[in-house]
Amino acid sequence: MTDTAAERTDAVPTGTASTGGGSGEFLRKWGVLVALILLLVVSATMSDRFLSLPNLLNVLRQIAIVGVLAIGMTFVIITAGIDLSAGSVLAVAAVVTADMVNSNGPLAAVLVAVLVGAGLGLVNGLGVTLGGVQPFIMTLGMLAFARGLAFLYTGGQPIPTTDETFLAIGNGRLFGIPNPALIFLALLVAAYFVLRHTTFGRAVYAVGSNDEAARLSGISVRRVRTTVYVISGATAGIAGLLYASQLGVGTPIAGEAFELDAIAATVVGGTSLFGGQGTVFGTFLGAAILGVLSNILNLTGVNPFVQRLFRGALIVAAVMLQRKDARGR
Amino acid sequence: MTEPLAELRSVSKGFPGVLALDHVDLALYPGEIHGLAGENGAGKSTLVKVLSGAHTPDVGELRLHGRPVRFRSPREALAAGIGVVHQELAGAPHLTVTENVLLGRLPSGWGRVRWAEAHRQARAVLDRLEIPIDERVLMGRLSLGRQQLVEIARALVRESQVLILDEPSAILGQHDLEVLFTALRGLRDRGVACLYISHRLNELFELTDRVTVLKDGAHVATEPIGDLSMDQLVALMTGRELVAPSRPVREASAAPLLEVDGLTRAGAFADVSFRVHPGEIVGMAGLVGSGRTEVARAIAGVDHAEGGTIGVRGRTVRMTSPRAALRYGIGLLPEDRKDQGLLMNRSVRENIGLASLRKRSRFGILRGGRDSRDAAALARQVDLRYRGLDQLVRFLSGGNQQKVMLARCLGAESQILILDEPTRGVDVGGKSEIYALMRQLVDGGVGILMISSEIEEIVMMSDRVLVMRAGRLVLELAGDDIEEDQIMRAALVHSVADRQGAVA
Ligand SMILES: Nc1ncnc2c1ncn2[C@@H]1O[C@H](COP(=O)(O)OP(=O)(O)OP(=O)(O)O)[C@@H](O)[C@H]1O
Ligand SMILES: [Mg+2]
Repeated sequence: MTDTAAERTDAVPTGTASTGGGSGEFLRKWGVLVALILLLVVSATMSDRFLSLPNLLNVLRQIAIVGVLAIGMTFVIITAGIDLSAGSVLAVAAVVTADMVNSNGPLAAVLVAVLVGAGLGLVNGLGVTLGGVQPFIMTLGMLAFARGLAFLYTGGQPIPTTDETFLAIGNGRLFGIPNPALIFLALLVAAYFVLRHTTFGRAVYAVGSNDEAARLSGISVRRVRTTVYVISGATAGIAGLLYASQLGVGTPIAGEAFELDAIAATVVGGTSLFGGQGTVFGTFLGAAILGVLSNILNLTGVNPFVQRLFRGALIVAAVMLQRKDARGR
Repeated sequence: MTEPLAELRSVSKGFPGVLALDHVDLALYPGEIHGLAGENGAGKSTLVKVLSGAHTPDVGELRLHGRPVRFRSPREALAAGIGVVHQELAGAPHLTVTENVLLGRLPSGWGRVRWAEAHRQARAVLDRLEIPIDERVLMGRLSLGRQQLVEIARALVRESQVLILDEPSAILGQHDLEVLFTALRGLRDRGVACLYISHRLNELFELTDRVTVLKDGAHVATEPIGDLSMDQLVALMTGRELVAPSRPVREASAAPLLEVDGLTRAGAFADVSFRVHPGEIVGMAGLVGSGRTEVARAIAGVDHAEGGTIGVRGRTVRMTSPRAALRYGIGLLPEDRKDQGLLMNRSVRENIGLASLRKRSRFGILRGGRDSRDAAALARQVDLRYRGLDQLVRFLSGGNQQKVMLARCLGAESQILILDEPTRGVDVGGKSEIYALMRQLVDGGVGILMISSEIEEIVMMSDRVLVMRAGRLVLELAGDDIEEDQIMRAALVHSVADRQGAVA
């Protein structure tokens, strides 16, 4: 009757390893990848500097911070939630970690950044599951609250740091590749593994696809929901760490509106806001598309105001291409 | 006969990897009830969707009153007088019954809905169909069967000339079914053409004038129903003959697996007590809305009971969640596959594996090969017709979706299975496979509580039968005492009175 030759096909960008489903199937399945390749080709013809290794590595470094945020965001959005607080949590982590470096050294600073992020994520998660507050509202509240925390913590002043080890996290390279890019890629691989090969990953998709069916199948929906916000908080913490390290300063205005870029990368990458669909590989492609776009517009000297128009149009166009996927359950 | 009202001429419709309709002809005449039969995945729902403008045919032609038409949307088909009740419920749960019945055509003046008038109109339609439902109630608060009746009322309110019903009886109880049949016969006498799909073949014999059989997307036959016997019809559908399973006699062993005592939840059921032993199938009969599903859900930890106890293998346990119930070895097959059952946008593999993730993992990491092997094996057990484990469940036919749910339930290897309408929407062949599977399970020591609105199923499969009426157990029958008449009578007596005064 059936064999399982096509076992791995779920790893495709839009998360629909579908057989069946209409004419635009190929486009929906591989559309994001095709779009990225097209963009690369077009960019290469527009500027000879574009295809150079240093430039491409630079793009990778530039998308790393938002990319890390977007990984956590992908978990949340797959459950049909949203995390608007990611940028603010990033700021809290950035100021706390910069402060910690100066007092307790880099290792403590790294741990604290992740823990602070995860802790604020836990508050989000509990607010959503136990408090019954809608994710949009809960994390909107946290967006304001965490930003306030960051300002309070610093008294509004940036906290500079000069610790060499700490600065190396965001500015150093390993085998010629910028560290932030490496960290981003490593987190991608880990997230891919979790979503694809663990029971928790299955549960995340199930909760996003139909939470009642998930509950009836013995999945603890609350625990899964709470956990995805913790993950998003933790990635925001890591992003804050990278931010502080890259700039050598923890500032309370760090990462403003980054959550919107992270959401953009996620949805451009094919994750549906309705939940139940999406992959981190897609999110990587989404982040790359947005990164390459602003890179090539910069290289060709396009007016920054016009750049915003391009960006906005691209987000909408990308999601429209996948539209048929995103409906119903 | 006269000219057909609606006609399909050599219509084909393909999806990637499957030709769902293969040059199919069909003519619907005024004043006929036309049955449509075929196995799961034969293309019946696809035909309905073509006829009602939800799909456009790849080739072939649609004719209305002899003129070729081309619908670009369901709206256009509706405007042209084709009313449909789809296989999957599509009502709006947060709106009232009135709004659902009159959806898109609420009476209004000066931009405001005239509610009194709206309720009056809805009431009139419901009364005409003798549907005893309060028009002001929210749709979501009705049982599935009741929601189905509301959708039928919606299709009828438009005075459609062609009415299509895709397996309406799958979630209707006996009484509601009679309500429906009466309504349909009335429409036929007024010259409406009706296309009626069902896997319950005796309904086709009781209701329809002619029947068309599809197999693998192709038209097999169109015959006056009087010219066919049951066996002939089955042979046309399946291409083989089925042997009816006989009822074996079994001795239930002494110690019960499941003991339910005095289970009560206000407004749903009261003082329900019974036992399920290893090796037996206990059938639960009753009207839709008699509280059967609610009892099942309470036992499986989905809702909480307010009073009474549940014992598993001699120990009294608290069912705090479905997760807890599963750990005690109680598995539930929910009645509603769309809302409670399936992850429509996920793969067959993920859907089948969902209730038994732990078994196929170590430290939370799935063992990939095992995962796929188990899913494929379970799919084979329920005779699922699918194209690959990665196929999205939403692209399966209705009956095959049901089998996915069943496969998941089996995968959990529960000792106590609560099956709420296990064969809903499954074709004759698939049903006998499922029956055989159930027998195999109980022979292995499993205890099954089976809720069914199909009386034949209850009578044929049950070692014992419990009958519920208005939230109470009113009759228990065992072995040779199990009789259709008695069950029906117990389920129905005073039912109208009971229905109005809900359970205390
Ligand atoms: N939107 C779709 N995309 C891809 N394949 C589809 C789609 N809809 C139906 N199919 C396929 O077309 C075939 C016919 O399906 P259809 O739903 O018409 O069957 P059916 O006769 O109604 O079956 P059932 O009795 O189980 O409801 C099946 O193989 C099904 O998987
Ligand atoms: Mg169907």
